[in-house]
Amino acid sequence: METTVAQIQVIPLQYYIIFCSALFSIGVIGVLAKRNALVIFMSVELMLNSANLLLAAFSAYRNDPAGQIFVFFIMVVAAAEVAIGLALLVVVYRSTKTIDINALNRLKW
Amino acid sequence: MLSLYVFFFLSAVTLVSAVMVLLSKKPIHSVLYLTLTFFTLAGHYIMLNAQFLAVVHIIVYAGAIMVLFLFTVMLLNLNIEGEFQKSTVMKFVAAIAGGMIFLVLIGTLKSFDVTTVGDPSMTQIGLVKNLGKTLYSQYLMPFELSSILFLSAMVGAVMLGKKDKN
Repeated sequence: METTVAQIQVIPLQYYIIFCSALFSIGVIGVLAKRNALVIFMSVELMLNSANLLLAAFSAYRNDPAGQIFVFFIMVVAAAEVAIGLALLVVVYRSTKTIDINALNRLKW
Repeated sequence: MLSLYVFFFLSAVTLVSAVMVLLSKKPIHSVLYLTLTFFTLAGHYIMLNAQFLAVVHIIVYAGAIMVLFLFTVMLLNLNIEGEFQKSTVMKFVAAIAGGMIFLVLIGTLKSFDVTTVGDPSMTQIGLVKNLGKTLYSQYLMPFELSSILFLSAMVGAVMLGKKDKN
């Protein structure tokens, strides 16, 4: 246990912030640049995961279990969100025969 | 020192596979790269001594969510080479916007002094025992409510997935 505790102290918290920012930005680029609805969902998952990791890092560095409980709840909500989102995707695919986001432009103007 | 190298290795693998999620042409390759990202993120949780979160992360993401994605890809036969691509200009704009967000996030970090705080002798909050105590005492109500959320999500998914009679 002592070694793991020492490990936590070695890595500066800034590294986690930079890493999670990079992961979040990749998710944002994915949402903006892709037209496949499935890949957009995956990018949203990437963003959720980067926020999760940062919450867990802060809670581990500050000795506050609330952060990790929050991560747990975010995982719960993410699982429900993916289930509903993919069900919606299936419905969209049935009616339009594609998962291209640009096909869903009826509410655009 | 070793942990620093492990951190860099895990971060590099995570970022590369996250980029590959976006770059791969077939959706099924994206799902597989996403799974790799999830596993390396679980490694990050283990590095943070958050064992409960690591296990839950693997079960929920690499277990449930990956299977959901894979089944959607396979059942709908969506594994076509990406014939719908955004124009190169739009991709450039998206990359520039994402890079700007990254710059802003890092720029705000510069103006703050993030001190690495924490009592080294107390970092056992990530263990199942300690998290369970907090979860079942302080956060019991949201925990029970999340079961209702899951139930409604399940009912909603089944309702949406059901074929229309007409």
